[in-house]
Amino acid sequence: MNFKHKYLFLFPGLLVLIGILIFPVGFTVRLSMSSWDSFFPGLDYVGLENYFRLFQDDSRFWEAFGRLSFLSVTTVTLQYVLGFALALMVWKDIAFKRFFRVLFLIPMMTTPVIMTVIWKTFFHESLGPVNDFLNIFGWNPLWLSSEILSKVTVIIVEVWQWTPFMFLLLLAGLLSLPKEPYLAASIDGAGPYRTFIYVTFPLMAPISIGAIIIRLIEASKIMDTVYVLTSGGPGTATETSSFYIFIKGLREFQFGYSAALSFTYLIIMIISLTIIAKVLVRLMIRE
Amino acid sequence: MFVVAPFLWALSTSFKDFNSVTGGATYIPWVDFEPSLEGWRVLLRSPAQGGVNIVEPYFNSIAVTCSASFISIFLGTLAAYALSRFTFKAGFIKNSDITFFFISQRIMPPIVLSIPFFIMLGKLGLLDSMVGLVMVYVVLLMPIAVWIMVDFFNKVPREIDETALIDGCNPYQAFYKVVLPNSVPGLIVAGMFCMIFGWTDFFFAFILTFTEVQLLPVAIVALNSSITPWWSLSASALVSVAPLIVVAFIVERYLSKGNLSGALK
Repeated sequence: MNFKHKYLFLFPGLLVLIGILIFPVGFTVRLSMSSWDSFFPGLDYVGLENYFRLFQDDSRFWEAFGRLSFLSVTTVTLQYVLGFALALMVWKDIAFKRFFRVLFLIPMMTTPVIMTVIWKTFFHESLGPVNDFLNIFGWNPLWLSSEILSKVTVIIVEVWQWTPFMFLLLLAGLLSLPKEPYLAASIDGAGPYRTFIYVTFPLMAPISIGAIIIRLIEASKIMDTVYVLTSGGPGTATETSSFYIFIKGLREFQFGYSAALSFTYLIIMIISLTIIAKVLVRLMIRE
Repeated sequence: MFVVAPFLWALSTSFKDFNSVTGGATYIPWVDFEPSLEGWRVLLRSPAQGGVNIVEPYFNSIAVTCSASFISIFLGTLAAYALSRFTFKAGFIKNSDITFFFISQRIMPPIVLSIPFFIMLGKLGLLDSMVGLVMVYVVLLMPIAVWIMVDFFNKVPREIDETALIDGCNPYQAFYKVVLPNSVPGLIVAGMFCMIFGWTDFFFAFILTFTEVQLLPVAIVALNSSITPWWSLSASALVSVAPLIVVAFIVERYLSKGNLSGALK
């Protein structure tokens, strides 16, 4: 009966999405086989030359990718642990429950780059409050200009920004859990820890997996934070894949090569996220 | 403490003047430093008078975010309704595959799209214009709208559309007059998320606009690169963050009512 109508509902959105996306993706693939740069603009054809360059000569890309993996896994793990802890805390009745819920959501609502600018002043090595405080103990860590600490700073900022998202998803999950298993657990005399391990955690497994994967997807795009906080520096210590492609493409205008980079990056992302998703499902849902 | 620390610091910094910033970290007005309203006054002055250009980007941001969210919600809701109510089949492609296609757009790293968008909008003459930005944001936001709405429509009982159809509505009337009014909470949540992600995007605004249409995040980050007047920087950051804190309250209300619960599956 609804044969025609259903397409009228679906197609406007689908076509707009495909229309705006197909061209860019197709164009990226085509562009990756050209040597378009600021000196010789235009779509010539150089075959797979860019890809050979990428796989053979470009260690900087792979380093950036390794760094990105490290940063995403660390931040998402921290976000998950913290987010889960906070969600559990405000799930049960505590004083000012709603106040805390709103409070924990706020960082997510703020514009990441703008807060990063604030964080940058926060961690400023001579004028910021963090070092002012640490100076009491005679420490003066270089938050933004040492190789290791700049990574830590990026992680802190990312965790601050996105734990609320994890918190929101997990709390929504907790609130929708059925009551019966808890009754059963309390009848069996299980304490809070055992209840958590044997009831809450397994029940939350599907939601946890969803939340972790969503966050991993978003974390794999880390870019704004790095751009504002350290500009990839010192040296290349905090340079992520996105940021490297950004430098190649929109700073040095090597469009052809950066298209090859971004296409490779996209493929790796899709493959690795699929694998991670599969592994997580197997690890967390034991049957 | 961890959550509010940067806000407090920004608030305190926004009342400082040149001397109190460069003299080292200070915290409490009147005790540690003489408060000054310079940071806030600068926001309202035009650039010619040494002010910070923040008012116009503010309105640009509102316009772009609202229109992109509206278009995404409109198209996304229609598509989500179709995906939730009707079955599609084309070869091996089924409903869930189409839904996944929508949602999978979130996987796409913005950087991958940025170069073709840059060239494409350049060719269309839409670089540095609102229309171009709205177009790009629709691609970013529609997946969110579809994701939330498909799930929401799945929870709205089918019977209500069927009753409407029996009562003589055509499918569009049934959707518009019966299903939509029952989905207002879902629409609000989807709208919130679109607003958040639209308002907080920096990357595309940064790459695809230059001078004509400056959005708020870009304008504020631009402040950072020059001489870094921390006081006006902090003040403008607070101003830009303020509207979404209201959003946080609304999200919490819907969360308490359990309307977000099914969004993850």
